[in-house]
Amino acid sequence: MIRVVLPFHLRTLARVAGDEVRLDLAGPVTLGAVLDAVEQQYPVLRGTMRDHGTLKRRPFIRFFVVKEDWSLELADKQLPPEVVDGREPVLIVGAMAGG
Amino acid sequence: MSAIRVLVGTKKGAFILTADGRRQDWQISGPHFAGWEMYHLKGSAADPNRIYASQSSGWFGQIIQRSDDGGRTWNTPGSSPEELQGPGGFPRGESNKFTYAGEAGTHKWYDGTQHPWEFKRVWHIEPSLTDPDTAYAGVEDAAIFKTTDGGRSWQELPGLRQAKGALWQPGAGGMAVHTILLDPKNAKRMYVAISAGGAFRTDDGGQTWKPINRGLKSPYELPDPDAEVGHCVHRIALHPARPEVLFMQKHWDVLRTDNAGEHWTEVSGNLPSDFGFPIDVHAHEPETIYVVPIKSDSEHYPPEGKLRVYRSKTGGQEWEALGNGLPQKDCYVNVLRDAMAVDALEPCGIYFGTTGGQVYCSANGGDSWNAITRDLPGVLSVEVQTLK
Repeated sequence: MIRVVLPFHLRTLARVAGDEVRLDLAGPVTLGAVLDAVEQQYPVLRGTMRDHGTLKRRPFIRFFVVKEDWSLELADKQLPPEVVDGREPVLIVGAMAGG
Repeated sequence: MSAIRVLVGTKKGAFILTADGRRQDWQISGPHFAGWEMYHLKGSAADPNRIYASQSSGWFGQIIQRSDDGGRTWNTPGSSPEELQGPGGFPRGESNKFTYAGEAGTHKWYDGTQHPWEFKRVWHIEPSLTDPDTAYAGVEDAAIFKTTDGGRSWQELPGLRQAKGALWQPGAGGMAVHTILLDPKNAKRMYVAISAGGAFRTDDGGQTWKPINRGLKSPYELPDPDAEVGHCVHRIALHPARPEVLFMQKHWDVLRTDNAGEHWTEVSGNLPSDFGFPIDVHAHEPETIYVVPIKSDSEHYPPEGKLRVYRSKTGGQEWEALGNGLPQKDCYVNVLRDAMAVDALEPCGIYFGTTGGQVYCSANGGDSWNAITRDLPGVLSVEVQTLK
């Protein structure tokens, strides 16, 4: 069970109750696979975290994993065991910007 | 009795203001999509319960919302509960996918170099006059998209950018198609306006477009003041009974054309400033037009701190100030290009919203004004539906 914490506006958009969503992944647990699964479960979120075509991260979106910033990591990098076994969530965060 | 529904897009959500035909007692619902920038909402003339809305955020990008019940409930097209359970499987989530056709190419940048075309947001949605499932979207970076499936998917009409798009350039607010006018007498004819590209017309349903900027002069914005494209057109408007007559509020100058844009003539006349953003036409008097003069491109507020709409009953040149009921001292708000609209009642109602969050209504063609509400977030757009 993978846990993902979404920012307020994306939770509202996807009509998610609570702070996080939970996903079952069949293959390798990478950041890209997690984002794919979020978008598959909540199609309304396509294009809000990554560009529709290139899948490039939107400039003001950040990915935090076990107190580290994974925003610049490659999408196919394996996530740490704490995320894989559900002890820690992946945080999808709106960057501090705009005051 | 008739009713009025005013669709207000603001910097922090959408609001829907409703009243009966007397336009005195208003109900306000909202904020819808709280915290999001709502650039534009507009109802379908073919089905007033169908409303499209452009929702966007610097963080999360573009969302398209659609209501099929007059704004009570909303869904991103293609993802309603019924569609989620449909035989076609789960939705593709492409109602917010705006991808330029082919190679996106480049346009002129602030420093004169070429810059790649990048989609940022939808500024304006113009529903078809006859089909609720068809609508056009004017976007930043400037292009026009079309949906024929109620907003589930959007395709660019790339012929517009082929009208010398490489020479268009962003103004201070970006480079966007902000105005789309549909000719009610000729289904193949449309007009768009672009900051800063100019005005353009198609006569074949959007396949090909031609610049219609002859007569515009921009000596302070362009090295060639008579350039074919590149002018900072802030807004154009038409009356449905005479769609070949267009009125324009340019960065500076108010102009008109009587031949579908083949040539424009300045009609700024006695305006205290011919800088401004919105322009609109009275619902029943095709020669009666409205603008809101702003002091200058450097000082985006009304001259003398007095908020005044100016009305011309002669199609321009001769203007009268309308300030009865509007603040006449210490007022330093702006009125943005998409933030003025008219209703179809008799007498005609005029509406506009300000960057200070006020929405004003005149139920008598501009002779006097009342604030429907005073404390919304900054208003980005105002549209009016006249309901039977």
